[in-house]
Amino acid sequence: MSNFITEITPNRPVYTDNDPQGELTTLNLGPTHPATHGVFQNVLQMDGERIVSGVSTIGYIHRAFEKIAEHRPFYQITTLTDRLNYCSSPINNMGWHMTVEKLLDIKTPKRVDYMRVIVMELSRIADHLICNGILGVDTGAFSGFLYLMEEREHIYEIFEEVCGARLTTNIGRIGGFERDFNEITFQKIKKFIKNFPPILKEFEALFNRNRIFIERTSGVGAVSPEVAMGYSWSGPILRATGVDYDVRVNEPYASYEDFDFEIPVGTTGDVYDRFILRNEEMWQSLRIIEQALEKIEKEPKGVFHADVPEFYLPPKEQVYNNMEALIYHFKIVMGEVETPKTEVYHAVEGGNGELGFYLVNDGGRTPYRLHFRRPSFINYQMYAPMSGGMLLSDAIINMSSLNIIAGELDA
Amino acid sequence: MGKISNQHLIEKLTAKYGEQISAISEPYGLLTFEATRTVISDLLAFLKNDEELKFNYLTDITAIHYPEKENALGVIYHLHSFYNNVRIRIKVFLPVSDPTIPTATLLWDGANWMERETFDFFGIQFTGHPDLRRILNVDDMTVFPMRREYPLEDPNRVDKKDYFFGR
Amino acid sequence: MSEINIVEAPAGVEGSGFFATSLDKVIGLARSHSLWPLPFATSCCGIEFMATMGSHYDFSRFGSERPSFSPRQADLLMVMGTIAKKMAPVLKQVYIQMAEPRWVISVGACASSGGIFDTYSVLQGIDEIIPVDVYVPGCPPRPEAIIDGFNKIQELVKNESLRRRNSPEYAQLLAKYGIQ
Repeated sequence: MSNFITEITPNRPVYTDNDPQGELTTLNLGPTHPATHGVFQNVLQMDGERIVSGVSTIGYIHRAFEKIAEHRPFYQITTLTDRLNYCSSPINNMGWHMTVEKLLDIKTPKRVDYMRVIVMELSRIADHLICNGILGVDTGAFSGFLYLMEEREHIYEIFEEVCGARLTTNIGRIGGFERDFNEITFQKIKKFIKNFPPILKEFEALFNRNRIFIERTSGVGAVSPEVAMGYSWSGPILRATGVDYDVRVNEPYASYEDFDFEIPVGTTGDVYDRFILRNEEMWQSLRIIEQALEKIEKEPKGVFHADVPEFYLPPKEQVYNNMEALIYHFKIVMGEVETPKTEVYHAVEGGNGELGFYLVNDGGRTPYRLHFRRPSFINYQMYAPMSGGMLLSDAIINMSSLNIIAGELDA
Repeated sequence: MGKISNQHLIEKLTAKYGEQISAISEPYGLLTFEATRTVISDLLAFLKNDEELKFNYLTDITAIHYPEKENALGVIYHLHSFYNNVRIRIKVFLPVSDPTIPTATLLWDGANWMERETFDFFGIQFTGHPDLRRILNVDDMTVFPMRREYPLEDPNRVDKKDYFFGR
Repeated sequence: MSEINIVEAPAGVEGSGFFATSLDKVIGLARSHSLWPLPFATSCCGIEFMATMGSHYDFSRFGSERPSFSPRQADLLMVMGTIAKKMAPVLKQVYIQMAEPRWVISVGACASSGGIFDTYSVLQGIDEIIPVDVYVPGCPPRPEAIIDGFNKIQELVKNESLRRRNSPEYAQLLAKYGIQ
């Protein structure tokens, strides 16, 4: 095999030399700039405080997810999806599981769907909490961030109760969950949906009608729906422009069609709209969780995975004591299960937009090809073009409100 | 918002493109077919601008590599019609010796980075692309790492040599 | 009000009106309780650091009230997250820009060893390019683990000789990484 990877060489950012007279300043923002919350590099041409043009360089944490995925069996890819959008990993996990379930034609019981909905909506709240908290920090209000981080810890405590991990959760298995929610989980969820609304209300009271905040954010980064769709935007930032596209409604998965909730849309697509919209989505998520808790009561207790022994890893104690379980365990781990040779695209509404999994299967142990449609990657490409004409400080808050997650951006 | 059926789509497309469209299938209800690079630009424009179909949203562009096939590299488009809530998947297969295909950036601005990514990993040359550079990998990489012949691990690694493990 | 703990004075000779100890110890004591970290957060571990910095775990308790985002005024480089080969020169440059004395803590499996990303694009541990003082395992480590790693650094700082950074061994160590 040829040595196709060169040694580490200094990276050369691309400077656009469209100003031969030297009247503009070149500003290299990133890749480790504190204001960008991640590894983004933008080489900006500045006229005083105003950005004339910019060039984005990405790939600073490129980890070759898609190449790894070609070498891992289906159940091990869950760990990779964790690290895509690490602010809301459960959504990625579930999205991947549902992709495989779609491929294998597994029908999950309603109770599993509702459990998934609870976990996914909690992580959507966690994702939006970070984004809006950070937006507050970038506009100069640190206190909102501190209030919200406290609440995010409570969500993480729930995840810990469900799966044992906080951030990179690896929740669930193909076919359902690895274990049932215990009593404490339900107590914690109920406590959270009781205690969170006042905090969110207080947060909204701090920001929504705050003169400074409105002056800073209103009109910044306004985008028309046509342009946003042309750039393939999705998620909250697309809805802030006024397009009511949400995968949860357009192509319901995990029994989202059973729930009564609204899709908030904005009007101007500016930073203020995105902020308000994310807050509103958190309220809607709370509504969904409440309904899911009610619905789960009516379902038969103790069901937490579909009855698909050839794909769902049996519990360890059964593997050691039960012949059948041992065989299935062996078959799954060695990849000897028959899988259809076909392709499937499945999308879920991630924290930042349509998170799609395009899986091509050739019946082997690992996917033949797995492509992630990563919303951050697609949303971010408009950042440099839309920064032209903005003030530098506005460009910073614009980036915060796009909520670009480096792991998802670079894959 | 009437949902148009896949059958209707197939009829409409074969009426217009006939032989140029092949291998029509519907895995999991998603209409999939192959097209040729001579018509792909026109096809995408037709799908986007047709009064009835209105595939206005480009979901994704990616590629796939089948080394054993004659036309080994496939470019895969996922389109979505918000008006009809229908998705469609189009594949174009290209030979490794000449992996060129017209760009879609004239129709969707969002195609820009998707095509750069596809170029970066598979070496597909999108003709007419405004800025076809590497995007995720280091600029001085000489190969296209997602092609099947290249390994996952860095071949320059020394810490995994057998003698470290007494083998 | 919560109770305030005062750190113990270093060992020394005490008499009426004077206290004698070595300069090393006094400076080490002062330094270890006012380390300014530079959070070099690239991915998931950065989010856990955010939690560490936030209200619940309150990282500032240990004297790192001010996360210094400029390498020039930082004492401690906290590398959190995957470092790709594209990022490696940037990390090295940041390290070089820091003033002596400087310490490095590698948080998480990716920064320490490449983690689950054994691929062509990921650096297999930052110790290939810069010297590391403390490794924190985990993927990502819990905030408690990050704090524990930080306390380990504090111990190192407290007990470091003032002359260490001028010694030939130290120059040799840096030369191994190609840093003058």
